[in-house]
Amino acid sequence: MLASRAFSLVGRRSICTSLCLRAHGHAGVVKADDFSLPAYVDRRDVPLPEVAFVRDLSAQQKALKEKEKASWTALSIDEKVELYRMKFNETYAEMNKGTNEWKTVLGGVLFFLGVSGIILIWQKHFMYGPIPHTFSEEWLSAQTKRMLDMRVNPVEGISSQWDFEKNEWKK
Amino acid sequence: MRRLLARRMKFHLFGAFFVSIGCAALYKFGVAEPRKRAYAEYYKNYDAMKDFEAMKAAGVFECAPPK
Repeated sequence: MLASRAFSLVGRRSICTSLCLRAHGHAGVVKADDFSLPAYVDRRDVPLPEVAFVRDLSAQQKALKEKEKASWTALSIDEKVELYRMKFNETYAEMNKGTNEWKTVLGGVLFFLGVSGIILIWQKHFMYGPIPHTFSEEWLSAQTKRMLDMRVNPVEGISSQWDFEKNEWKK
Repeated sequence: MRRLLARRMKFHLFGAFFVSIGCAALYKFGVAEPRKRAYAEYYKNYDAMKDFEAMKAAGVFECAPPK
């Protein structure tokens, strides 16, 4: 629904534009913005982009373009490379080359993990109160003894690690 | 450039297949089989009454005190 509304807006604008053109007699030509024109793009799956890379050619480059219209065997290697660079920004090798961005990403991740760690340490030291009394040594050992008495997880868990005959942890 | 998608897709399809099969095999032989064996071993010579008497003596039963 939104798309159809946008389309109707565009339609109205283009109709108005063409009416204005007819009314003023080519005095009010709307300049096409750069982003609405076909663009150059370096992509693996677009081997021939819609426009050449260099848009405004210098006089020397214009002369070269004229020479290109003749036989290509007359061009030197440097001229061929120049023509290539005028048409394309990067070669496929340059385009597909990896960057070192992963180092930046990894460094940033580790840095912020470190910052979080510092914050946590500060909190434990300055902010949190004491932990519950059920974490004391006596309580924990009494708790574990009760778990063993109840034979909690006797197949693969805690009671399987205790030797009930010798009354000690299994080696 | 030629058959770019096809090549990539074939590689990734094979890869996904083998990675998933590998994960399943790893889990089966790393976790599932040992666990089944552990349970079989435990219950092979399991005496429920002996276990019950031991627990009762330890005093964990409310309705069966150790006396």
